[in-house]
Amino acid sequence: MFKLFTGLQWKSFFRSSTFGKSLGIKILMGFFGVMMLFYLAAAGGGMYFILKKIFPNQSPMWTISQYFIYWILIELLLRYFMQKLPVMDIKPFLTTPVKKSAIAHYILGRSGVSIYNLLALFFFVPFAIVLLFHGYPALNVLLWIVAVFAIVLCVNYINLLINKNDKALITIGSLIVIGYALDYFQVFDVKVFFAPMFHALYAYPLAALVPVGFAALIYYINYKYLRTKIYLDATLKPKTVKANTSDMAWAKKFGEMGPFLQLDLKMIWRNKRTKSQVFISLLFVFYGLIFYTQDIYSDMIPMKVFLGVFMTGIFLSNFGQFIPAWDSSYYSMMMSQNIPLRKYLESKATLISVSVVVMFLLTIPYLYFGWEALAINFACALYNLGVNIPVILFFGSFNKKRIELDQSPFGNMQGTSATQFLIMLPVLIAPIVLFSIFYYAISFEAAIIVLSVLGVIGFALKNYLLNLVTEQYRKKKYGMIAGFKEKAS
Amino acid sequence: MIITEKLTKKYGKQTVLSIEHLEIPKGQSFGLVGNNGAGKTTFFSLLLDLIQPSSGHITSNGVQVNTSEEWKPFTSSFIDESFLIGYLTPEEYFYFIGDLRGANKADVNALLAQFQDFFHGEILGQKKYLRDLSKGNQKKAGIVASFIGNPEVVILDEPFANLDPTTQIRLKGIIKDLAAKDNVTVLVSSHDLIHVTEVCERIVVLNKGEVVKDIQTSTETLKELEAFFAG
Repeated sequence: MFKLFTGLQWKSFFRSSTFGKSLGIKILMGFFGVMMLFYLAAAGGGMYFILKKIFPNQSPMWTISQYFIYWILIELLLRYFMQKLPVMDIKPFLTTPVKKSAIAHYILGRSGVSIYNLLALFFFVPFAIVLLFHGYPALNVLLWIVAVFAIVLCVNYINLLINKNDKALITIGSLIVIGYALDYFQVFDVKVFFAPMFHALYAYPLAALVPVGFAALIYYINYKYLRTKIYLDATLKPKTVKANTSDMAWAKKFGEMGPFLQLDLKMIWRNKRTKSQVFISLLFVFYGLIFYTQDIYSDMIPMKVFLGVFMTGIFLSNFGQFIPAWDSSYYSMMMSQNIPLRKYLESKATLISVSVVVMFLLTIPYLYFGWEALAINFACALYNLGVNIPVILFFGSFNKKRIELDQSPFGNMQGTSATQFLIMLPVLIAPIVLFSIFYYAISFEAAIIVLSVLGVIGFALKNYLLNLVTEQYRKKKYGMIAGFKEKAS
Repeated sequence: MIITEKLTKKYGKQTVLSIEHLEIPKGQSFGLVGNNGAGKTTFFSLLLDLIQPSSGHITSNGVQVNTSEEWKPFTSSFIDESFLIGYLTPEEYFYFIGDLRGANKADVNALLAQFQDFFHGEILGQKKYLRDLSKGNQKKAGIVASFIGNPEVVILDEPFANLDPTTQIRLKGIIKDLAAKDNVTVLVSSHDLIHVTEVCERIVVLNKGEVVKDIQTSTETLKELEAFFAG
């Protein structure tokens, strides 16, 4: 039975539409995946030496035991977002002569070997190997690895029990914050309190039985729970979110553009992928800190231009590059409705403009690193507003790949094609090259002025440029409609 | 009103639609029947300028649909679920369509009030997004949305499919009422011969992309159609 299920799983993986993607994207994704595993393994292998250096008087095993509790909590938190119970695929089996207990075991077993569980091993196994080379007793280390894997499984199955419960998320989140705060302000040493418990897993080999037993127990609870829930109307039904209606009357002020602006805002807010784009964009405000805080980059002005364009334009590129594919699932309606295409595009342009201004305002604190930083960000924001917005809208007309809005944003490459990589060239590289030329040929001030003036000119010609873009969308209309209809991409 | 001239649509060497001449006068309720692949949806898509004709053209109210967009203000349609915006509630969707078609909230509400029966309490005020409604309810929302803004041409592709019997009967009433207005042309396609003969004044049968029958509906029509499709 299990073999049959596994065979199906295999097929669903290799025949999935994601797998049928263009070769380039496959290679790229594979490359990133391997890189990540490599980094994890390298971090695991190097951890012994790092810990030894930071805490020379402590055994690295002891140090790592101190942080175990945080690792578990953080992993629970991450999994809450990334992992879900794979129950939807079993619908076809409900009416076939397969025992429900077999189905339940299959679902649970399958999540036991999920990639998330293996990630931890990629870190801990190299760490353990280094330990062995440093004369740690083999038996203890081996059983410790077993215990770690059991803990990973515990986390895995606890997550399934939690199953997207917001209260649990808040509890875990606050536990992490409170624990860290207690530690930080030295009210109560959480790390020291938990360290002996986790260190025991290594010190007393038989202690490994505790997490193993615990994992088995949680598995059993999960099984009991799931076994009674394999019905269409219980677990298998995808949760429907309660709709919150909002009429956003203020958008009426924008006249003909109002309805589209409303629609765009609702789209961004009510769909996972677009919503996460917003949060990711906001986080990128801190991206510059990585470079501004390091002395090596202090003289690399072109690098700072890259940061300026990137930070103020992160939403522009993240959201803009997929226009109009965001609307792909109802694009034929849009095209047969009484819609002024121009207003539709203008609404998108306005939305992106607002994002550029907001991102610029958020980057003002970079003033701390000198007035040049602010000047660069300002010029880049102007350039983004005037030049990059029409550019990205123009290239959007080459988008022909459908995006399913309600699918998970993580690692979702839907809608991605060679166009996306081509778009990034003019948007990112052109301003850097322009700036560098004027910077090295004349002066910093001249380069700033050139970027700003280009932005202002673009902004002044906005109407003309948008007309050109609109014309382009008209021409490409049929191709887009046909492309957006193709589901598997 | 709607005049089709020498219209063909080819994909590669395969001709999926070929109509020499077809005229639909204003105010007619027009039914299109045919088996799968007969070209019904292709014809409607051409009429809505969603695909390009290989040759020939359609004019609607004097506007050639693939060269001008002037037909949009007086034409509305519901082809399939891809005409719905999944992340809106039905109300929001109706108001959005209203905004596009120059009907304000009060107009839309007045129109919706006429369809209370049709909605059967399952569409309005449900606090659900369209993507979470059942297929049948999605269809109801889409059909009613196509009535917003006093369109002169209403195009419905397979409106009866996926609907429960009560709703089918109500929909027939609604389409008949609509067709009774002099200035509204209704185009309906269907697999259900009984429904079409009840609702439409005129029925055109498509077979492999060509018009094979063009009948003014009478008491004999259903038999004639059944004989044709049985054969």
